[in-house]
Amino acid sequence: MTQDILDTVDFDKEGYLINPDDWSEELGRAIAEALEVKLTDRHWQVIHFARKDFQENGEPPGLRRIAEATGISMREIYKLFPDGPAKLAANIAGLQKPTGCI
Amino acid sequence: MAKPSRKYHQSSGETGGRRKLALVASKGSLDMAYPPLILANAARMSGIEVEMFFTFWGLDIIRKQKMAKLNVATVGNPSMHPWFGIPTLLGALPGISALATWMMRRQIKELGFPPVPEFVQLVIDAGANVYGCKMSMDMMRLTEDDLIEGATVLGAMEFMDLTAGAQILFV
Repeated sequence: MTQDILDTVDFDKEGYLINPDDWSEELGRAIAEALEVKLTDRHWQVIHFARKDFQENGEPPGLRRIAEATGISMREIYKLFPDGPAKLAANIAGLQKPTGCI
Repeated sequence: MAKPSRKYHQSSGETGGRRKLALVASKGSLDMAYPPLILANAARMSGIEVEMFFTFWGLDIIRKQKMAKLNVATVGNPSMHPWFGIPTLLGALPGISALATWMMRRQIKELGFPPVPEFVQLVIDAGANVYGCKMSMDMMRLTEDDLIEGATVLGAMEFMDLTAGAQILFV
């Protein structure tokens, strides 16, 4: 049922939200479900920081930046978002695919 | 147009399995320590498995005693002249290599990249497997205790077994 919200917005060919302003927590939850990520408070810390940082800097943050700002260790970030945490976190946060290298 | 899906996140290799990257780091200068570390980190952030083999001078990158003290060579380094404006002959003067090293460390910091020891720890925490080449270590009379915590000693043939089907990069 929560998945219906995915039909109300546009995604690119790899499933990243096209307009970051379309994002809401509800949409984030639906994306996470589609990506098979079970969200916890720790996930939300990462997601909210990624959005805040994007609004300030115009690009999705790299993981080192996320780890330093949230105090969540790199090992934990990789456990929270297995299979490519930088891309998964950006995807759930409604941001474009990250291109940075750190 | 495609809805978010797990299939865009599991990086699949040419054989259809998970994509895996094998990196061989063979050089121990400051400028040549970064490329394998940056590539390893970028791969892990994208969900690609990473096996790193540090051999010969590359061992210095993961040696506790050496990793914080890597230098830039100013002699025999063809990139020195245009970038730093240091002609090869001048590069041989005492202190020039130290100056170039200092300059590069500063530039790396300004770009937001961590120093080598922190970067190696970062890729280990990111789940890259880090190995010291057994033959090189025997030659330099080193043991696993000389390497950063989390690195293990491995023979070249074992590395070949571990990286079957992987994409290999030699730095």
